[in-house]
Amino acid sequence: MATTAMQRTTADTTSRAGSPWTGTIPLLRFALRRDRILLPAWVVGFAAMVAFSVSATKDLYPTIASRVEAADAINATAALVALYGRVYDPTSLGALSLIKLTAFGAALVSVVFVFLTVRHTRSEEESGRLELLVAGVVGRAAPLGAALVYGFVGSIALGLLTTAGLVAVGLPVSGSVAFGISWMLSGIVFTAIAGVAAQLTVSHRAAIGLGVLAVAIAYVLRAVGDLAEGEPGWLSWLSPIGWSQQIRPFAGDRWWVTAIPIAATVILVPVAFALRSRRDLGSGLIADRLGPATGRLSTVDALTWRLQRGMLVAWLAGVAVMGFVLGSVAENISGLLDSEQMRQYIAILGGEQVLVDAFLAAEVAIFGVVIGGYAVSAMSRLRAEESSDHAELLLSTATRRVRWAVSHFGFALLATALVLAVGGFAVGLGHGASIGDVPGQTVRLTLAALGQLPAVWVMAALVLVIFGWLPRAVPAAWGLLVAFIVLGEFGALWDLPSWVLDLSPFAHSPTLPGQDVAWGSIVGLLAVAAFLTVLGLAGWRRRDLS
Amino acid sequence: MNDVISLSGVVKRFGPVVALDGLDLTVTSGEVHAFLGPNGAGKTTTLRVLLGLLRADEGAMQVLGMDPWHDAAALHRRLAYVPGDVSLWPSLSGGEVIDLIGRLRGGIDPARRDDLISLFDLDPRKKGRSYSKGNRQKVALIAALASDVELYLLDEPTSGLDPIMEAAFRDCVRDLRAEGRTILLSSHILSEAEALSDRVSIIRDGAIVESGTLEELRHLTRTTVVARVERPPSGLVELAGVHDLHSEDGELTAQVESHAMPAFVAALAASGVVSLESHPPTLEDLFLQHYART
Ligand SMILES: Nc1ncnc2c1ncn2[C@@H]1O[C@H](COP(=O)(O)OP(=O)(O)OP(=O)(O)O)[C@@H](O)[C@H]1O
Ligand SMILES: [Mg+2]
Repeated sequence: MATTAMQRTTADTTSRAGSPWTGTIPLLRFALRRDRILLPAWVVGFAAMVAFSVSATKDLYPTIASRVEAADAINATAALVALYGRVYDPTSLGALSLIKLTAFGAALVSVVFVFLTVRHTRSEEESGRLELLVAGVVGRAAPLGAALVYGFVGSIALGLLTTAGLVAVGLPVSGSVAFGISWMLSGIVFTAIAGVAAQLTVSHRAAIGLGVLAVAIAYVLRAVGDLAEGEPGWLSWLSPIGWSQQIRPFAGDRWWVTAIPIAATVILVPVAFALRSRRDLGSGLIADRLGPATGRLSTVDALTWRLQRGMLVAWLAGVAVMGFVLGSVAENISGLLDSEQMRQYIAILGGEQVLVDAFLAAEVAIFGVVIGGYAVSAMSRLRAEESSDHAELLLSTATRRVRWAVSHFGFALLATALVLAVGGFAVGLGHGASIGDVPGQTVRLTLAALGQLPAVWVMAALVLVIFGWLPRAVPAAWGLLVAFIVLGEFGALWDLPSWVLDLSPFAHSPTLPGQDVAWGSIVGLLAVAAFLTVLGLAGWRRRDLS
Repeated sequence: MNDVISLSGVVKRFGPVVALDGLDLTVTSGEVHAFLGPNGAGKTTTLRVLLGLLRADEGAMQVLGMDPWHDAAALHRRLAYVPGDVSLWPSLSGGEVIDLIGRLRGGIDPARRDDLISLFDLDPRKKGRSYSKGNRQKVALIAALASDVELYLLDEPTSGLDPIMEAAFRDCVRDLRAEGRTILLSSHILSEAEALSDRVSIIRDGAIVESGTLEELRHLTRTTVVARVERPPSGLVELAGVHDLHSEDGELTAQVESHAMPAFVAALAASGVVSLESHPPTLEDLFLQHYART
């Protein structure tokens, strides 16, 4: 009797409070309105990038024979296969002209959806805005539900627009749809992955870190898998980015592959909700332990280190694993040179060492831009500390403004150097172990990786300038980084004037290992970084705290 | 010259918004000065200007004899600030924050810190993210009160505290005052200002509308008078400084400015006064008089 009565009361309270989903639609509408510029900008930008790339390559390969030649060359070059994947139909114009955007593009798309999803889940929760909503008419599951639906809607929009762009530039409809779907599914899967990541961590920065790490792992898995001869290895099938590739747009349009990412999403979404329902608002899954009653922190630098060290450790671990894996596959390159004619061709160019070096240099260059992302993330701390009012408390003490900014900036300079060095060392370790020259290769590749440092420092100093003069625009530094990546990957293809290509600091990084160092460029980059530092600090020194 | 804070003609704009519009404020050494004003009046903005976190567009200012914008770091060694909206680092414990802020300010007295922690009943081992609003405020308060400084700038320091903690806070302020330290306290809580402060400044729309000791301010405002009279009084309406006069069935109420009081009382006496009650203005009357927009 008593039990039934109690059950009834519980049921009553639940129904009066509404279902956990109450408010999903208004929240979704709110998210769409909040991102009414951001989301269309990303979607249109990506679709335009695809259309541009195709129209730029179309005229390069007018005949089937010219395409086959180009595709065979790509498929025979391990560095390119690892970076972009294979051209599965050498006669297909679509498959050839989109090779750079299939896996690499899917990875960029994935990163964007990780950002967007965390932005609408963990960031909101952390800022306390969600508390206001959940206390109102919004159910427990609604914010996560709205954020996921938001990511799915965005992905679908991206798929549709990309398809339309491809059809518009004259590619076959079926392949265009397959390509649009391949990107759409990357967006959807990583929205779900980010939804899970947002439940595991407490800070939005850690959630983004976890999501981006998942993208990096997916990318590396398929890089290694794709290097297998003939059909891709099983590692590619473990990777969401691999799934997008294996749909093989314009090269068979294998619709059945779409079932895998859909199934993964169907599994991940309930996992995210289950995790959400097992924790309280604002907390992570792991309950907070008590901290020390008295503190040992006594300087700004100690505080900076305390706030930044978690991310640094995660990045070090990430680049160590990625570097080692990529380094280990470098030596397999010779196995890919299947034709005798190709071997002779390579011998004329300077032998296998040239190929291996080109592959390693490509990895090192990727590390450069990825760690440019770390520079942006570490520097964004300054703004985050300011907008969360932590800086107000700190700067009301005897701490000088510039000293505080320099503390984070200096950390970013040192930490990016360390992460680059460790990444390079790991590549060297992987490569050295497979060719039996660990000491030589680790030194060589650590130095090669440090060649990227000046450009990474320019990136950090750019964030400082934005922080000093336009603090609200600090998140735009991410857009700047993406723009640099796109310039580096596609600028030449689109025939952009060289001064535009030169805008990217990464365009001035040395190609190491394998080529000579242009010291002039390095000195130039360092001078630019120094100038931007002075400029940024000057802005910060004279503006209001806001 | 023992003015600890002197602002004159300070203007601060945020784009089109004029947050401070020719603000004059003087706080003398050793006083507890209450800074009152409605929401959005400019209290927090004033404190941030005093700290050199915001740069004033116009006006002259000195805090402890220094220019807050140019000498911020040196100035901050000699003052302590509690923000209105305290936000702590999620991963740092309260104890860590108290010690860090204290040390960055130039040193903290461990014994005093421990006394304050037990006085305010704070668990210093909890992480920033798990404190309630009131407890976050306590962390910032303890960090400020444990520092040995000349000037305390407190922005609504008790807005999240329960009544017992508020009482503890008042005791602390009285102790600091007894030691000769200066306190500028922004507040909405009139009883607090009335209980603690030597002088009061009221700010509205970015300018000081009233400033002085409570006595002086009371003097400026109207006293409520309720009287029973035998005959309808004559000549009261014409008296300058008498407002809201109502008379019905021999009962009379009016608001009387202090300068008009002698003439008013004389007129009442002439009408055969039976009983007379007068209420001196409370701070609340003062407050409402200045807050109410007409
Ligand atoms: N950074 C800013 N940008 C634009 N406007 C601002 C900024 N800071 C304050 N203001 C505006 O300046 C005015 C004064 O704000 P202030 O925070 O000083 O008020 P307050 O007296 O502290 O109010 P409250 O009692 O609510 O704390 C308000 O109109 C506010 O909107
Ligand atoms: Mg305020």
